[in-house]
Amino acid sequence: MNAPTMAELATEGKKADILFFVGCAGSYDARAIKITKAFVKILNKAKVNFAILGAEETCSGDPAKRAGNEMLFQMQALMNIEIFNMYEVKKIVTASPHAYNTIKNEYPQLGGKYEVLHHTQFIDELIQEGKLEISGESFKGKRISFHDPCYLGRANNEYKAPRKVLKQLDITLVEADNNRSKATCCGAGGAQMFKDAEKGDREVFEKRTEEMLEVNPQIIATACEFCNTMLTDGVKMQDKESEIEVLDIAEIIAKDL
Amino acid sequence: MHYIPNVLFAILLIAGFVFFINNFKKIVRNIKLGRPLNRSDRKGERWKNMAWVAVGQSKMTRRPFPAILHLIVYAGFIIINLEFLEIIIDGLLGTHRVFSFAGELYNFLIGSFEILAVLVLISVVIFWIRRMIIRIPRFWNKEMTRWPKNDALNILYFEMVLMSLFLIMNAADFNLQNLGAEHYVKAGSYPISQYIATLLPSNTDTLILLERGTWWLHVIGIFIFLNYLYYSKHLHILSAFPNTFFANLDEVGKLNNLESVTTEVKMMMDPSIDPFAAPAEGEEMEMPDKFGASDVFDLNWVQLMNAYTCTECGRCTSVCPANQTGKELSPRAIMMKTRDRLEEIGKNIDKNGAFKEDGKQLLNDYIKPEELWACTTCNACVIECPVQIDPLSIIIDMRRFLVMEQSAAPTELNMMMTNIENNGAPWQYNQLDRANWRNED
Repeated sequence: MNAPTMAELATEGKKADILFFVGCAGSYDARAIKITKAFVKILNKAKVNFAILGAEETCSGDPAKRAGNEMLFQMQALMNIEIFNMYEVKKIVTASPHAYNTIKNEYPQLGGKYEVLHHTQFIDELIQEGKLEISGESFKGKRISFHDPCYLGRANNEYKAPRKVLKQLDITLVEADNNRSKATCCGAGGAQMFKDAEKGDREVFEKRTEEMLEVNPQIIATACEFCNTMLTDGVKMQDKESEIEVLDIAEIIAKDL
Repeated sequence: MHYIPNVLFAILLIAGFVFFINNFKKIVRNIKLGRPLNRSDRKGERWKNMAWVAVGQSKMTRRPFPAILHLIVYAGFIIINLEFLEIIIDGLLGTHRVFSFAGELYNFLIGSFEILAVLVLISVVIFWIRRMIIRIPRFWNKEMTRWPKNDALNILYFEMVLMSLFLIMNAADFNLQNLGAEHYVKAGSYPISQYIATLLPSNTDTLILLERGTWWLHVIGIFIFLNYLYYSKHLHILSAFPNTFFANLDEVGKLNNLESVTTEVKMMMDPSIDPFAAPAEGEEMEMPDKFGASDVFDLNWVQLMNAYTCTECGRCTSVCPANQTGKELSPRAIMMKTRDRLEEIGKNIDKNGAFKEDGKQLLNDYIKPEELWACTTCNACVIECPVQIDPLSIIIDMRRFLVMEQSAAPTELNMMMTNIENNGAPWQYNQLDRANWRNED
């Protein structure tokens, strides 16, 4: 696995074309690390000249901003922007729709203007450009249902890229009743990931999992580490973890390479 | 004596509009209590957006069945009101069907008004059935207390009465025309009311009484309706237009950045900036009196206009994941409470000349922190709103107040934020370990 940091490349006098913004979950969370690695596998396979920031990366600031701590958000954002600019970053790709949204939409006003892509958009681009060949074999005939992350879908109006990528595989793509702009949230956004839910009848992820299971998928495809965590919990709660896998699109594609 | 009806009509007309304009000014005044926000950019896009969303009702199509019914009522409302112009002229001049010189065109118009009137009547009855018999859940959430419920029904009843009056008036007119009654010129076509006409008495005097009676009730009804708007969620028939014109045109995922915070953060991060230095000439250092919002004064005018535009349809709440799972949050209630508080302040100003501190605020007295913290910021409510109201922006502004002014976030969130502050991640990991995943296999 080849994932150099910007700093490592700099010491060799090299520069990356693309920054892979790993994000906090992708860096530390055991489950999300698998997604990070799968995506790196894809990047390597497509021979993308990319780098990460490693210890120089800091939180995108999304959970702080959405929790109401604008001060903390802007501190994180400005620190990231300083580092991005130091390495003359032009193009950023990330597997977190939250980082994607924040960097794409909220950094520019603070002086950080970059081309920002979500990893599903980037994978789609690689396929379109013929840099990534997919056999479509590993998931042949499987029923896969895609859960739209709020921050990719509603927030940024991207519903096509993840579906286009999945359709490269020889699978049946089944849609939950609430899909695309009507997709129910997994329950983790807006800093909910880091706190207990308010008093209610049940958890948001339970409801979303039920909706997803209604169309009998064998695999629930996600495109956000938080959604992945929530829906994995939901599937476990229904005692279906032996029948149904919850996988990020990067993992699905990486398995097929 | 002959002119009494004309004079009465003129008085009614003037009173109706004066009263309306007076209330309208109050709404504008209340909206202006909000903070400034520049939405005068991208005019072309704004006109297009308004044409598409408000005139074209594009967002209603997310729910096709009510969209068709609503379109009928909306088209009926606008088109039938063309006749209102004739009513005004007839009323002032004492003429009868003054536009009848248009001949075939007039017949066609009156005929289509009748058909629309029936369609509106049917749609409104279906609306009533959906609300009262089928009891669609979004009409029965807990914020739909007595007034909001009655308000919605009042409008439906009003529409039913207005449309019925219109048809009965035409039916009486039709009979009078056929009887050759004086003053009743033969004009118009009556595809619907000719059938109602067969049920009416044939006595000319009774018919004139009926025709005049329904004409006056129709006119009075329209003026009452116009002035009812101010007290009602039905104001959206007017405010939907500015509301969509001044709507957020960016990706809904983009939250505004507080510029006042940027100044402070940059100062903290750049040791070379002298925090005590006087601001450069022409550049005013504007320190906000507070971060975020705890009352309606802290919200911007678009958010306040949003509150007046909310028609309490509950689409937002019906798609809110927090609400669906039994949490206290309802995006519709956020808008209704904002409007209630703003109305309260408006009345306070009416009474005292200027706002007199009343010891209340939007936060806690109306909107509880528990509601604010239940939001997943998923934007479902924002996308679902047919008139582009943004409840999320209010939730975020109020969270900002809770966090930055009161440090009143839930404990776990405070821990999360402390971690971000100390080690750049929401969890307690060392920032130096961020790339450790490369070493595992």
